[in-house]
Amino acid sequence: MPETQQRQQLLFLYLGNSSLESEVIGWSLYDGTTDETFEAAGEDNEPPYKSVLHAMRDGWRVIQAPFLKAPQVGREYENDYLDFEFVLEKLETVNG
Amino acid sequence: MDKNLLLTSAEMAQFASVGFLRFDNLVPRELCEAAHGEMSTGKLKRRAPMGAPFSEVWPDEAIGKVFRLPKVEAIIHSLVGPNPRYDHHAAHLTPAKTRKGANLHQDAEYDIRAQHFDIQTSFFPEDTPLESGGTLFVPGSHFRRVHESDIKRYQNIVGQVQAVCEAGTIFFWHTNAWHSARSNFTDRDRYMFKLRLNPTVRQQRLWNTDDLDSPEVTQNLNQKMPWHGQRHRIEIMNRVKYWRFLTGDPTFDLALWWGRVENTPDIIHPEQKIGA
Repeated sequence: MPETQQRQQLLFLYLGNSSLESEVIGWSLYDGTTDETFEAAGEDNEPPYKSVLHAMRDGWRVIQAPFLKAPQVGREYENDYLDFEFVLEKLETVNG
Repeated sequence: MDKNLLLTSAEMAQFASVGFLRFDNLVPRELCEAAHGEMSTGKLKRRAPMGAPFSEVWPDEAIGKVFRLPKVEAIIHSLVGPNPRYDHHAAHLTPAKTRKGANLHQDAEYDIRAQHFDIQTSFFPEDTPLESGGTLFVPGSHFRRVHESDIKRYQNIVGQVQAVCEAGTIFFWHTNAWHSARSNFTDRDRYMFKLRLNPTVRQQRLWNTDDLDSPEVTQNLNQKMPWHGQRHRIEIMNRVKYWRFLTGDPTFDLALWWGRVENTPDIIHPEQKIGA
């Protein structure tokens, strides 16, 4: 019997606001189940899911949701990183 | 400078909103081939130090002729004015069959100027199909203050635009725009010539302003980027401030975005005076 192990896929979904039903505005997939070379950014034009909720209905587990925080005083008009980053995972059993 | 070659106000408004402008077939094929030859044979040397007047950098080379084409000069003039300063350049090579991986970044996190800005150009001397991996830009990202490669985690952003173009196309972009080189799946090496230029004059009304009051200006400034989400209103407010800077009009506004929060009246109505 071959030895098996559980490996992780991480899906980062960036949403338009804090609701898990809001639209995906960016995404990244990091797949630990394969040894294939990671592909360049921006290959796809359509997100894999419309929202985090849609991804959950497809078996993805939310493991991190963003904190909500007010902007620092004096930085109310500054934008920087994508605010609503949700991290989702799937575990897959693979032969070791 | 031929006024008709300068950018229009509508185009400048597009630059203010999107952070880059694309011009196809600006450079004739023969000149593209000559410039590509200079890049691929390593003959392209810098002829003047960083900080020199750009006009002194490549007096004889084909790449210098590219940037002295009247339309190219006019676009540069519209963005950074006459006599720009040479900052640096790079003939970026992505060899055939090269995977780049996630690479989204912003070049100049150290540049914290509020409104003044440099430009970079991306000149594609050869046809650049999708699979050759031309530069990818994120429209409307130039007001975002991030730390260079901290954003590499982001693989895809809705609305991203990849340079898929014919030889002779140039992108002119705000140095703070998020961008990424892409994988080259073809059998040919790919070059993209990047050039950074600094202004030496105040960047105010350097373009053809005949259409400054055109509805297209407002329309371009108001456009929504799909990835801005809940941050759209703050992005619009930053655009308004940028347009005020570019036009020298401190009263410009869109739908009272700034007029509302700048409204802090201090005049006391006679009937409200203490002791009245």
